[in-house]
Amino acid sequence: MRYSLLMHYPEMTEADLGEDVLSEGKAAFDAYAKSLDTAGVLISAEVLQPVAMATTLTLREGTPKIQDGPFADTKEHLGGTFVIDVPDLDAALAWGQKCPAAQYGVVEIRPSAVFFHRGQWQSAM
Amino acid sequence: MSQGNAAARAEQVARASYGRLLALLAAPTGDIPAAEDALADAFVKALTSWPTTAIPDNPEGWLLTVARNRLRDLYKSAAHRTSTPLREVEVSVSDNFEPESIPDKRLELMFVCAHPAVEAGIRTPLMLQTVLGCEAAQIATAFAVPAPAMAQRLVRAKRRIRDARIPFAVPTQQDMPTRLPAVLEAIYGAYAIDWMLDSGESVGESLSAEALYLAATLATLLEYEPEAFGLAALIAFSLSRANARIVDGRYVPLDEQDTDRWDAGMIARGEGWLRRAHSFGRVGRFQLEAAIQSAHCARAATDSTDWLTLRKLYIALVTIAPTLGARVSLAAAIGRIDGARAGLAALDAIPDAALDRFQPAWAARAHLLVEAERPREAAEAYGVAMSLTADPIARRYLDEKVRGLASS
Repeated sequence: MRYSLLMHYPEMTEADLGEDVLSEGKAAFDAYAKSLDTAGVLISAEVLQPVAMATTLTLREGTPKIQDGPFADTKEHLGGTFVIDVPDLDAALAWGQKCPAAQYGVVEIRPSAVFFHRGQWQSAM
Repeated sequence: MSQGNAAARAEQVARASYGRLLALLAAPTGDIPAAEDALADAFVKALTSWPTTAIPDNPEGWLLTVARNRLRDLYKSAAHRTSTPLREVEVSVSDNFEPESIPDKRLELMFVCAHPAVEAGIRTPLMLQTVLGCEAAQIATAFAVPAPAMAQRLVRAKRRIRDARIPFAVPTQQDMPTRLPAVLEAIYGAYAIDWMLDSGESVGESLSAEALYLAATLATLLEYEPEAFGLAALIAFSLSRANARIVDGRYVPLDEQDTDRWDAGMIARGEGWLRRAHSFGRVGRFQLEAAIQSAHCARAATDSTDWLTLRKLYIALVTIAPTLGARVSLAAAIGRIDGARAGLAALDAIPDAALDRFQPAWAARAHLLVEAERPREAAEAYGVAMSLTADPIARRYLDEKVRGLASS
């Protein structure tokens, strides 16, 4: 089963964090990604640019509506994703608990429904 | 073979084996709805084929085989529809099961139902439906929820278990402290509901016997969890008095019960589990509740009830688990020891708005008002208690109490 770990946390600039915290955080994420990779469960990992760079698009009202900014404006934002392939929810929860972002933010765990692989959509269920 | 015999036998097997068969069918994929459908089909097939052939020697094995074939067909057609190969479904089990050789996956199923990813409020209903085979309508009644709403919540929870792939697994020792309480709560719920619905039925057939089995299995398998033993003891003590609680269709309160009607063997089982629980030196809510029941059962040997000990136990219980039931029982114990006025004062001091709708509180209040020689208010309190229960046996008991007041 493929699960996405969606990391939500308050956005901080490099200046806000300070050099020490930043390098500590980088090391933690480096170790985490490498442990997922070594365990053979990592599909992909993306840390996203600040939410100010986000653009939202919807066709819900018929015509394309493109808006700057994120979908919902809250204090915490989607900061990045890890896509992992593990047997079940307990395994995904266990990896989620090791995620550095869980220390200061919220990690949402979502099972995948379909994914694109080798030129076609495949069921993940 | 008559239609009626086959139907009766199928129903008997359904009651005894439903959860066992469902757990086994659902465990490989986590797909409880598909397992339910397959099992329902197997029961329908039993009802049509057993009257014409014969009831098989091993009805459980027969039902399991038929249900497994149904599931295999289902997954084959699903595989045909989609382009992706589905997970291997475990179906290659011999058709000649001995009943003892059918593995018991109910523990795994219990931990699935009480998984943290499952909404807390639906865990007990889910366990009642899947492990014990209760009807959704029956569960809805017990939880005072409209039947369609309960059915919908159950469906949603089962879909979530399947789609998020919550595994059928017993938690590790490390996760046990956070996972176990929800399972204990759900078993306790199963036992408590039984007294409401089947107050007249014989113990062997009732859900509380099943709840006792689940609690005992849980305790034995987990080995080092005192609260699981405490829960098993609590249910055993309560069950031991089942035949004395309702006599000739009449409710008999605990202190008026004929102790000869208590099941000494069941009390001994309860004592054994309670000793085992205490040996760990970690007190908990269910152990205290079991100790309270044990103190009541001691009347069979001593011919008197030790209210001072009971009050101590209730105080300890209220400290760690301040439920409305425990608070009302403490007030009643105070009434026994310090008199009705003290009991009423303790009852009035319970800081909970739900007290006004809590039936046992009104029954206890009525009893204390009788003791305090305030018959008019007692009759009113009995009336409220009666309005808060649908159980005909309880209503009859309360009604007779009111009549007794009027004639005295």
